[in-house]
Amino acid sequence: MSGCVIICPVGFVEEDILDRIAEHIEERCGIGCRVSQKMDKPAYAYDERRCQYNSKLILKHLIKSSPQGNLGFMGVTHVDLFVPILKYVFGLAEMEGQCSIISTHRLQPQFYDQPPDRDLLLARAKKTALHELGHCLGLTHCRNRHCVMYSSTKIEDTDSKQADFCPTCSELFKWQLDKCHRSSKRKS
Amino acid sequence: MTKKPRILVVDDEAAMRESLKDWLMEDGYEVGLAAGGEEAIAMAREKGFEVVLLDLKMPGMNGLETLKKLKEVRPDAEILMMTAYATVDTAVQAMKEGAFDYLVKPFDPDEVELLIQKIVAHRDLVLENILLRKKLEETYQFDEIIGKSDVMQEVFELITRVAPTDSTVLITGESGTGKELIARAIHGNSNRCYMPFIAVSCGALPDSLLESELFGYEKGAFTGAEHTKKGRFEMAHKGTLFLDEIGDISLKTQVDLLRVLQQKEVQRLGGEDVVEVDVRIIAATNRDLSRAIRENRFREDLYYRLNVIAVKIPPLRERKEDIPLLADAFVRKYCLEMNKEDRKIGRSALKLLMDYDWPGNVRELENIIERALVIGQADEISPDDLPFSRKELGPEAFPKSLKMMEKIHIQRILGTTGWNITRAARDLGIDRQTLYNKIERYEIRRGDS
Repeated sequence: MSGCVIICPVGFVEEDILDRIAEHIEERCGIGCRVSQKMDKPAYAYDERRCQYNSKLILKHLIKSSPQGNLGFMGVTHVDLFVPILKYVFGLAEMEGQCSIISTHRLQPQFYDQPPDRDLLLARAKKTALHELGHCLGLTHCRNRHCVMYSSTKIEDTDSKQADFCPTCSELFKWQLDKCHRSSKRKS
Repeated sequence: MTKKPRILVVDDEAAMRESLKDWLMEDGYEVGLAAGGEEAIAMAREKGFEVVLLDLKMPGMNGLETLKKLKEVRPDAEILMMTAYATVDTAVQAMKEGAFDYLVKPFDPDEVELLIQKIVAHRDLVLENILLRKKLEETYQFDEIIGKSDVMQEVFELITRVAPTDSTVLITGESGTGKELIARAIHGNSNRCYMPFIAVSCGALPDSLLESELFGYEKGAFTGAEHTKKGRFEMAHKGTLFLDEIGDISLKTQVDLLRVLQQKEVQRLGGEDVVEVDVRIIAATNRDLSRAIRENRFREDLYYRLNVIAVKIPPLRERKEDIPLLADAFVRKYCLEMNKEDRKIGRSALKLLMDYDWPGNVRELENIIERALVIGQADEISPDDLPFSRKELGPEAFPKSLKMMEKIHIQRILGTTGWNITRAARDLGIDRQTLYNKIERYEIRRGDS
């Protein structure tokens, strides 16, 4: 399975969400993608004071458990994530690493007192997943508001951007991907 | 847009440091981490971070102390304080101490981003401001000489071209136009700038004294020569000798001077040894030397020896567009000297300054601004603070009696020369003693002009 991205549900996550994310990554990045066995709900990362889950601890756990030889290992969860310095995050990635975690908690329209909208949730999840994968490949935030690598600090940012890289980020992504392939070939 | 600033995160909690670092690195920032005040100061000293995110509450050196020290080490670094709700008051205190802003932990993700963008924009603006100001200063200022008029820009260009050479320069211009400043600028921008700049006011010295000043003398050369003294030529060796009021020297001294310029050596009065001198000569005069040559008061050969490069400084009345710039510069200079708040020149006062003819040129303008700052107490210089009123400028304002006219004229000339009696007497065409007599007769006091 070398050169593949693994999508791993952390706690219960509906299959359609995981499948759409996998399809989107395969389609946009040309990388093989598969959904793995689910992991338990990350009770170890729960912060009672904040009633949220520390994304940094989940990421550390993913790094420990990620199978070798893959291009990416992405956790998907419904729990609300935070990092100590910020009130919340939509996702967190290991810059130029393998692992990332995204949360659908704040991607659901209901969180913002909106009626449920499955398509909107899926669109947001796909964008968030591609954004974190970009970070894993070393991409930083893009200044182009429509690029998927544009920093989403609120949900409106996610909604206003496209589910794809801008031409510059796309080139950078391909270049980084190529670099990863070359280095994995050298190792093998 | 400048490059992304380097950010130093200072927090005693590792989790905070790390999560902030991750977040900032996703944005492409170069991030440094410090666990306390001392470490932060050492890192800031070594690496020069442009932005510091500083936790207010830390064991050991707290945030406020660290802020003060950081501002000493890196005054241009922008500091963002991080605090919990309980210490917002202290964060406000920190802003008074020079912090850019503060963030309450934990932050909204867009807060950090917005604040950092704000800092970047602020830094860009400050940088742009500095660059623009520098560019403007470079354009309108050459050392201490100020002028944006085309004629002064030409003078600046000429100085730039002439300065690095060793050519002799003759500066001409009316009294008070700043001939010595031009001479100093040429010296300061030449290869001789680290060697002496010696100025001699030739017109202020009697002939015999000028000779001994220029060439020096040996002990016993004349009555009163109790020890050997080096002349100004020798003192200026490897540097520049500025001969001011060259048009006023006697024909005899002109001959001596010509010989030194040709042979590049001097002989002290009463001495036998010849001393080689390597001196660049800059001469200046407010006289019409061509006329002096026609009247046989100035040697033609000396004139050509001196007039290798001619710099002509226009009188202030021919470059009135420079008046606001010059007046502003003098206001700043004297406010600083007098330890006063910066003051402005009111619109009507500026109109008066622009309308006036400035017989005493820039020196007169400087004296009038200094006087206005001493007299005036308001935030703005008004027409009342100026020695001439609008009325005085018109023909109806002229006094009827010749005596009063003479008094006013003497007052004005004394004002323009900064009460230099020798210079004022020369400008008035009378001797010093006569001028003293008139000052006494008309009861003219310093500050009246």
